[in-house]
Amino acid sequence: MMLWILLAVLAVLVLWVIAAYNSLISLKNQVLNGWKQIDVQLKRRHDLIPNLIETVKGVMKFEQSTLTQVIEARNKAISAQGIAEKAAQENMLSGALRQLFALVENYPNLKANENVTKLQEELVSTENRIGFSRQFYNDIATKFNIAQQVFPTNIIVGIFSFKAAELFEITEPSEREVPKVDLNLE
Amino acid sequence: MNIYEQALSNRRATWFTVTIFILFFVAIGIGFDFHYGAGAGIPIFTIIALAFGVISSYIGYYYGDKLILSSTHARELDLNDPKQRQWQNVMEEMSIASGIALPKTFIIDDPDPNAFATGRDPGHSSVVVTKGLLEELNRDELQGVAAHEMSHIKNFDIRLMLLLAVLIGSIALVSDWARRSLFYGSRRRSNKSGNSGPVALIILAIWLIAVILAPLISQLLAMFVSRRREFLADASGAELTRNPLALASALEKLDAHSQPTRSINQGTAHLCICDPKGRALGAHEGRVANLFATHPPINKRIEALKQMAYLK
Repeated sequence: MMLWILLAVLAVLVLWVIAAYNSLISLKNQVLNGWKQIDVQLKRRHDLIPNLIETVKGVMKFEQSTLTQVIEARNKAISAQGIAEKAAQENMLSGALRQLFALVENYPNLKANENVTKLQEELVSTENRIGFSRQFYNDIATKFNIAQQVFPTNIIVGIFSFKAAELFEITEPSEREVPKVDLNLE
Repeated sequence: MNIYEQALSNRRATWFTVTIFILFFVAIGIGFDFHYGAGAGIPIFTIIALAFGVISSYIGYYYGDKLILSSTHARELDLNDPKQRQWQNVMEEMSIASGIALPKTFIIDDPDPNAFATGRDPGHSSVVVTKGLLEELNRDELQGVAAHEMSHIKNFDIRLMLLLAVLIGSIALVSDWARRSLFYGSRRRSNKSGNSGPVALIILAIWLIAVILAPLISQLLAMFVSRRREFLADASGAELTRNPLALASALEKLDAHSQPTRSINQGTAHLCICDPKGRALGAHEGRVANLFATHPPINKRIEALKQMAYLK
């Protein structure tokens, strides 16, 4: 009798380990897929930038430093390795691009140029896509990390040595600043 | 209720609706057999009605979206047009944010701003906008609308709504046909010697009332079902864009246009983001107005969205 109870407990335990392990694996793959999605969008942005520079450089000769800044940021972003560094370089690139678009506002004939507006729309969309894929990735990565940390799943994590997923974080100090909130409730 | 529970309850509600619908057809068939007497011992009308119910459910499930798209004269986007290109981009952004496949995108040449989503599941879905919507709204507002439609797709609202649209259509058709042939038939029948007792008459009366009321009831059902889902789609849409105010301002702009969206007819009204009948129902908040509206009063939706942004 004792033996049967022991066997039953053992069977339940094994089934639970299998189920927990499989759900962790499924989450892990979703995280990887989420990361690939970000990568696809980053690539899209890298491909668009040379076009943009080519289109605006004739008119914006006097903004050479900004243009080189964008190109340098792009090249650094392409060669970045690892999630943390990639995130940092991509944020630099976002900043450089924002500066460039702010300058475009000073050139009425650029703003009226159909190619420029088209490229601008594509880049705005790409920025959004990067943002949303980052949001999606961070959500799923957080879910994966929580699943690893809760008891009793954390025991399995130790045995099969799962690693926590790194979040795609904003590293630029200016974006980290706490917004000023007026808490004077009237 | 979150989006996953909603998806589950929508799947159940879809089965429930289809069952009720087929039972309704069977009831009509039985009524006919009862009225005319089963020929050669086979309940021929019941069998025909059952087949009709099953076939139209099947067609509705697999081809209903195509029927709706062609009935509204929706055509594919022209990506060389900057505004339509922008809409396509916005849809792709929302497909990334929601993690579901990109729906097919269509446009209707209608100056009134409106939009709807249809299809049977996230893998087979379409989103339709009017030209007026693209002209009227800015990028952020379009994003809000796209997120709203994406949520309808993600939680399987579209499947239930699609079947309701198709079923309402065929119920209206059959009930109309049954009513006319019945009145004609009963006149002819009364010339012969009637052999029906009082019980049969009562059954006939109940059955008649059901046939007459069915179109109205199915319409009310569609309205009820759709009204409840708009708030959730607004909320989960805002969760995707993290910008509830953009959708709120889009709804305000849609509300300002009270003329009807001509290319969207009665049967598909409950699919749209705002009431295409343009009866300015948003202003009325009485029980009766609420009962007949396919959408909750738009100002209530705007208020709920503003609450999400901590503005109220």
